[in-house]
This record gives sequence, C-alpha cells and structure tokens, in this order.
Amino acid sequence: MQAFTILTSTFVPLPIENVDTDQIIPARFLKATTKDGFGKNLFRDWRYENNDETKPKADFVLNQPQYSGKILVAGKNFGCGSSREHAAWSVLDYGFTAVVSSFFADIFKNNALNNGVLPITVSDEFLQKIFAQNNTSELTIDLAKQTITIDATGDQETFDINIYKKTCMLNGYDDIDYLLSIRSDIETFEKQESQTP
Amino acid sequence: MAKTLFEKIWDKHIVKTIEDGPSVLYIDKHFIHEVTSPQAFKGIEKRGLKVFRPDQVVATADHNVPTIDQHLPIKDELSRIQVQQLIENCKKHNIVLYGLGHPFQGIVHVIGPELGITQPGMTIVCGDSHTSTHGAFGAIAFGIGTSEVEMVFASQCLLQSKPKLMRINIEGELNKGVVSKDIILYIISKISASGATGYFVEYAGSAIRNLSMEARMTICNMSIEMGARGGMIAPDEKTFEYIKGRQFAPGKLQWDKKIAEWSQLYSDKDATFDSEININAGDITPMITYGTNPGLGIAITGSTPVTDSIPDEGERKNIIKALQYMGLEAGKPLLGMPVQHVFIGSCTNSRIEDLRLVASVIKGKKKNQNVHVMIVPGSQQVAKQVKEEGLDKIFEAAGFSIRQAGCSACLGMNEDKIPAGEYCISTSNRNFEGRQGAGARTLLASPLTAAAAAITGVVTDVREFLS
Repeated sequence: MQAFTILTSTFVPLPIENVDTDQIIPARFLKATTKDGFGKNLFRDWRYENNDETKPKADFVLNQPQYSGKILVAGKNFGCGSSREHAAWSVLDYGFTAVVSSFFADIFKNNALNNGVLPITVSDEFLQKIFAQNNTSELTIDLAKQTITIDATGDQETFDINIYKKTCMLNGYDDIDYLLSIRSDIETFEKQESQTP
Repeated sequence: MAKTLFEKIWDKHIVKTIEDGPSVLYIDKHFIHEVTSPQAFKGIEKRGLKVFRPDQVVATADHNVPTIDQHLPIKDELSRIQVQQLIENCKKHNIVLYGLGHPFQGIVHVIGPELGITQPGMTIVCGDSHTSTHGAFGAIAFGIGTSEVEMVFASQCLLQSKPKLMRINIEGELNKGVVSKDIILYIISKISASGATGYFVEYAGSAIRNLSMEARMTICNMSIEMGARGGMIAPDEKTFEYIKGRQFAPGKLQWDKKIAEWSQLYSDKDATFDSEININAGDITPMITYGTNPGLGIAITGSTPVTDSIPDEGERKNIIKALQYMGLEAGKPLLGMPVQHVFIGSCTNSRIEDLRLVASVIKGKKKNQNVHVMIVPGSQQVAKQVKEEGLDKIFEAAGFSIRQAGCSACLGMNEDKIPAGEYCISTSNRNFEGRQGAGARTLLASPLTAAAAAITGVVTDVREFLS
C-alpha cells in the first residue's frame, strides 16, 4: 500500500448525494480476478452514452478536461450500497488518492483506507465552499496534522481519523501485517474459547 | 453491568484492543463467493500464506452464475474463469465449496441459515453487504471488503471499531397484506438510506417477535440499505426450532448446552442504546419504492413527492434526479402504472416462505401477457422444496419462468438483466440506477405486491387480492 503524507492537488467536483457503489463500478465489471484496470470503468454509466466508450457524455465531470486532480469531492453519503472493494480500486486506479465528502458509507470508508485512498469527512459548509471554487483551485491535505485547506482562500478544517489507521496510512502499512504479528495471541484466544464450559 | 445483545457477543470475541485504535475481533464463520474472493486468495498467496482456519470458511458460487442450464459450462468467459478460480482456490486451501451442481448450492445468505451453519452468538462475515441477513439468528454478521476477506483468511480476525448501537422497536399487529419487506421498506423510508450509518441495529418489539425466521431474515438483510453495518434480533424459541435438526446444527449431545447458552443472548433490561426508534406496526401499509435508493419508498397507495415543497436543496435535487431516471412525475400515484418485468428472488426474498406467499396470490391465475416474470429460488434446497410442495405447478400454470438458484437479476451480473427504460417490480434490495441492468428501472416491493403486479401487469395494491 502506498503511504499518504501531504497532498496538494486540484480536485474533481461531483456534487451528487448518495453516490452508490453500483454507480462507481457497475456489477458487470466485477468479473475480474485481479485488482487492476478498474479505473477505465469508474462511473461507467454516467460517463458514456449507451455504454459506448466512443460516446462520452459531455455533461459528466470526468469528461470535462478542465477538471482534473488526485482528489474527488462528492456529495454526502458517498459509497453507499454494496461492499464491493472494486469501488475503491476503481477510484484509486483512475488516479484519485483522496475522496472528500460530508458523509461516507462505512464499508466504502474501510475499503478506501485499506487501499491507501484517504476518505476525508468535512462539514456541509466546508464542502459547499470547496464546490464554490473554480477548476484551478487547489486543496492541500496534511494527514499528519489532519487538516484540509482550500489554498486560494486559506479556509481550513480538521478531520477525524483513528490513530491506528492514521499510522497505517502515513507509513503504507496494512492490517494484515499487524494481524500476522499477533498470531500467537489469536491462538491463545482460540484455546481459551474452546475450554470455556 | 447491563449489556446489549450486540455487546454480549462482541465482548466475547475480542482478542485484544489496540490503544486508541480498533479491536481485534475473532470471526467464527466466514462465507465466501466467487466475486469478492479471488483477489484475497491472490493476496495471501503473495505473502506465502495458507488460509489460517479453513474449517471456518464456507464457499458457494452465487453472484455470477447463470440461472438456466447450470449443468453446462458457463458461456460467459469471464464468469466461467471466476467460478473456476473459486473451485481451484477452495481445493488449494481445503475450503468446503457448495458449487454449481451441489445440492447445497445457492445464495450465500440463504444457504448459511438453511444448513444450520448460522447460529446465535456467532460472529459471521462475508464479502457481501447483505451478510447482515444472518443477524436474524442473534449473531453479529456484517459485510466486508476484499482486503478484509484477506485479513480473515490470514488470521481469522478483523480490526474493527465498535459501532454505535441503535434499537428499533416495532410494536403491535401488522395490517392485512403487510409482510416483513414492507416493515423494512417503511423503516428505511422514515430514516433514509444513510439514517443508520455508523450503527449496528437491533430490531425488537412484539411485531418482530411474531415474525417467522424467514421474515426476520428479510428485515436484517436490508439493514445495510439504511447504512447500518448490520442488524440483529435476539434469538428465541422460533430461532431454536428453525435450527434444530439442520445439517450443521449442534447435535443431540450438545443441544441442551447450546440452548442454555443461546438463551442468554438478549439485551438486558437496563442496557442502553445510542439511539432508539419506536414504530407502531399498525402505521405500516404495503410499500413500494419510486426512486433510486431504497429510502425513496412510499405506501402503495401514495404519490411521489411534490419536489417543489422539499426544503433541503440537496435532497430536492436528489429526488428530481431520481424521478428523471425513473421516468416518473412528481406528485403522482404509482398505482395502475404498467410494469414490464417482475423479479422474485435475491437474498432478501427467495426463501420458501416468500415463494409460498407468491403462490398464495397467483394460484389459479395467469400472469398478464405484457409482463415477463422471473422467479429464482434462493438455493437448490428451496428449489427442491418448491417441487415437493407443488408450488412449481402453480408458477408454471401462471406462466412464470422458474430459474435455478443464484443472485440473478438482483444485481444483473449474469445474463438476467432488465432492459434499459423498462420497469421491474422486484423483491430484491436495491433500486440503484442500472442495478438490474444499464438503464433498468426498479421498484422494490414485497413478494405479495410483486405477485399481484405479475397478474395485473400494473402496480397493484395486493390487498385487493386478499379476501
């Protein structure tokens, strides 16, 4: 997993609420057996007319070259629905390493963190301030300080992340490294449980 | 100290807690399927690991399988490879697989309970958000991502922060024509598709206690549709009776001990919840959704919202967008609107009791000629029971297409898709844009309401069919 420290980037605005994982990556693209190549199908049915890659929908933000960057900014309840981690893989493979919203669905949030994509929950007001920026405006995310800043205006908010996950993200560690390190504790737990009357 | 049902099970499964961080939660049962497991197997293999506790893993093929001619090789190449890889992975790692052709094959959340694998007091996970279904037995059951599937393969544990706890009490008698699907659609319509995010929900009250196990599973199944990690119901005599004698249920020697243990699984009288909601069962009528998330539901006799009068701008835009996708007008009733498809199936409503409900409405009748009706039993065992009870004759006489077990048109991963622009009354759990096929328009409802629409060809109040 790639470590995440400080990121300064323009952003792609997606001011839609309740973006579900079927929109992020439709089920028909879940037939892969690897984690690669999902980016080209990110928001597939919002991106193309009749599923045809030669017919991009001009009004969809990913088809508007003036918007680019490593940060996706979306309306509240982003990532609701299915537990498919393919949604987080699509976001990452497309080139986003942070997603900003005023509310995230739980499973998507965990999946993102497990893949080095930082989900940042901001207030509704701050989200609207970001949406009010133009396409050249940059955001700076500092994970160590837990801050997100709109560089042009200096507006800043702090965000929550649990210390364990923060350490993992800052260093690029994953949970499996940790779980493997405590296998003897797990085996002891199993023995105790099997002896419980 | 007084504990909730959730806390009693959670506390018993904590291996250790990281300071200021998550807890290491021990997992009793891990269900896997073909779609969310291949990358996890690759992951542990890359680390040079074997599955740590293969005896606690159960596999089936459901999401991506065809529902006709399952004895033949799968036509779609990518699907075939994915199913084949599950077979190879299970063999390599000594995991029991109920694959295509096996008498126990079926939707993972249907077979777990019907085989007696799902039991009270357990922690259960699966790479599928509807794992909450198993909570109906008084288990902590929730959906996980593929990285987490890999964690459980590697260690039989997950790192989890304790969620907040919510209790939803539903008291009173249900009205005629109202079944458990209506209860859960009603709850989600009241608290929204994100109303329980961050919570684990316990359903309680007389209306819940009066439900069968199948009906309880339908309710817990859709907990995720209001954002909850899971839903659960305290086990009782009905739970024990359901489990008794099933394939993997505790045997005679253990039974009394298990019952004593399971009987302790309830929220103590003084236990506290972070949030509590009270619902009067009598307020619930048959429900249907009109929009593109499961929270956008109304009474079957109701109308779509008048969008001008929605004060919150975000919500207004959201509903306008949903109505546009659905091809519906604001402020109009749905009753009488033609539908082209009826889908009866999915981990929400494909159990024998659901199919009996459908049969009770359509017996002796024929489907409307303009409607295509697909009925997909949740498992091979349900399909067998359908035959034994003669329900297949009723479905065939009505002109329904009876399929083989799988997730099917709930998520349209296989060829069972709804064409763009057409309407489908579906007993499944999600009405997201394109969920049942690109451009498909889904109206979620109960098996009773779906059956009524199959006969009339239009959105119908099933109470007209019930004497």
